[in-house]
Amino acid sequence: MKYIDDIKVQKRMNSRVLKNDIVKQLFLAATLFGLVVLAVLLIRVITEGAAWIDWNFLTGKLSTAAERAGIMGAILGTSWLMLIVVPVTLFIGVGTAIYLELYAKKGKFQSFIATNISNLAGVPSIVYGLLGLTIFVRAMDFGNVVMAGGLTLSLLVLPIVIVAAQEAIRAVPQHLSEASYGMGATKWQTVKNIVLPAALPGILTGSILALSRAIGETAPLTVLGIPALLIPFPEGLFDTFTALPMQIYYWTLDSSLVEEYAYLAAATIIVLLVLLFLLNSIAIFIRNKFQQRY
Amino acid sequence: MSPLTKTKKVKVDIKSETSTTKNNEVVYDTKDLNLWYGETHALKDVNLSIHEKEVTAIIGPSGCGKSTYIKTLNRMVELVPSVRTTGVITYKGKNILDKSLKVEDLRTHVGMVFQKPNPFPKSIYENIAYGPKIHGIRNKKVLDEIVEKSLRGASIWDEVKDRLNENAYGLSGGQQQRLCIARCLAIEPNVILMDEPTSALDPKSTLRIEELVQELKKEYSIIIVTHNMQQAARISDKTAFFLNGEVVEYDDTNNIFTNPEDSRTEDYISGRFG
Ligand SMILES: Nc1ncnc2c1ncn2[C@@H]1O[C@H](COP(=O)(O)OP(=O)(O)OP(=O)(O)O)[C@@H](O)[C@H]1O
Ligand SMILES: [Mg+2]
Repeated sequence: MKYIDDIKVQKRMNSRVLKNDIVKQLFLAATLFGLVVLAVLLIRVITEGAAWIDWNFLTGKLSTAAERAGIMGAILGTSWLMLIVVPVTLFIGVGTAIYLELYAKKGKFQSFIATNISNLAGVPSIVYGLLGLTIFVRAMDFGNVVMAGGLTLSLLVLPIVIVAAQEAIRAVPQHLSEASYGMGATKWQTVKNIVLPAALPGILTGSILALSRAIGETAPLTVLGIPALLIPFPEGLFDTFTALPMQIYYWTLDSSLVEEYAYLAAATIIVLLVLLFLLNSIAIFIRNKFQQRY
Repeated sequence: MSPLTKTKKVKVDIKSETSTTKNNEVVYDTKDLNLWYGETHALKDVNLSIHEKEVTAIIGPSGCGKSTYIKTLNRMVELVPSVRTTGVITYKGKNILDKSLKVEDLRTHVGMVFQKPNPFPKSIYENIAYGPKIHGIRNKKVLDEIVEKSLRGASIWDEVKDRLNENAYGLSGGQQQRLCIARCLAIEPNVILMDEPTSALDPKSTLRIEELVQELKKEYSIIIVTHNMQQAARISDKTAFFLNGEVVEYDDTNNIFTNPEDSRTEDYISGRFG
């Protein structure tokens, strides 16, 4: 006796195939929705802002007169921020991940820490702003300078880097490190020569994505009291500064006073997007270039 | 000075020509070894003496503790955190289960080849040079010599000598496994542990590895886990039959396969279970 009745199967065939098609269209619609919204956003920003981007805009000083305003100060400020965020998050983030994945004894303590790091990744960025304000601006008395902003943003994206690095390290096949241990390598030799090189693409991709997040953050910087005024270009870690997202924020705020500010904000958004696009391209390039087969 | 000094190669070479299966010196002596993974009692009162420059085969059904046993011999088993051992294993007279022994030192004397070929995602050259570099050899000329010698030793030199800088993953499975054997030779071990080294390979590659084992036996003591009875019979001098974590029988391979003392051994090798 056969359990699967061919005739019944035939009868149901049409409705099964139909369901399959409907579901496919639904998913397509979901994807298109996202794409359309993104496209509208991009088109709007570009039509409003593209005309305002010229050499003076990119390299000039801030000015209240819209046609003379430049964003060099914000570009420099954002660059200085990255100069802190990159080394701090890479060093502390990868170090933490290595410790948690490879050295810490698997147990309650380790899983407690790991869980909390994942939770931290979900804390709203404005809370990090308050933390930075309390610790770096006030307690350590840095003031609203590059150092305070950079460290605050580092804290903000550190959990992302840690989690990405942990995942990259975990994805390195066990049999590779076993081969290394089997030849008498110490743990550190194995980590340095086998595990880290294999995990590097994952770690770098994660870090660059975290960096993209840091570049675009506005909320914590507002809390720190980062201005967008006529201030001198920042020349060091302890200078006051402004950053691209702050510039966008203030110009948008003031666009009710001066209509052109809205276009300047759009132009700055384009610059920020190009920067993000470049960073992401680097991430993809690194991933493809260093990806190892095993 | 390393506490596990190696015997001089020259002396032993002369010896291995005069003695074949008659007992060579003992290299590993296991006494009352018990091992637990957490609550699982994986090895029970294991007693085994393994002799130099012989091939010792370890056979037995799946889950009987073969891998566990050979991983105890280089203490790789400790990578599992829940492992607990009692008893004594001496390697050249020194108890290797003694916690004060440096596992890194032991593992430079005892190489390991795994079930699945596991070359590093590096060039062929870098794969072989890895071990010597780990142990501090930096001189390019010396490294070159070690690489060639090891690849010749694993009879894969002719196949790879023109592509030493290519990624090891471009090799076939069988070649990769011989590369792993070469990588293991590069640390100049005395003992080579092999855990089912041919189970992922086709018959032809398997044959090549078996021939290689016969060749290597002249210089190294080899302990090989295998599920393949013919293989054990073909290449080993002694065979240990494990069952449920115990050594049921351990004898010259000839005796095990022609005239086993224990009926369970006979059942296993004749394919009645396992
Ligand atoms: N990491 C581990 N944690 C807990 N138990 C384990 C672990 N590794 C092995 N065991 C248990 O120890 C026993 C022996 O396992 P082992 O891997 O040594 O068997 P084996 O003889 O090599 O088997 P196979 O022929 O399938 O490779 C089995 O019961 C197994 O379930
Ligand atoms: Mg096994």
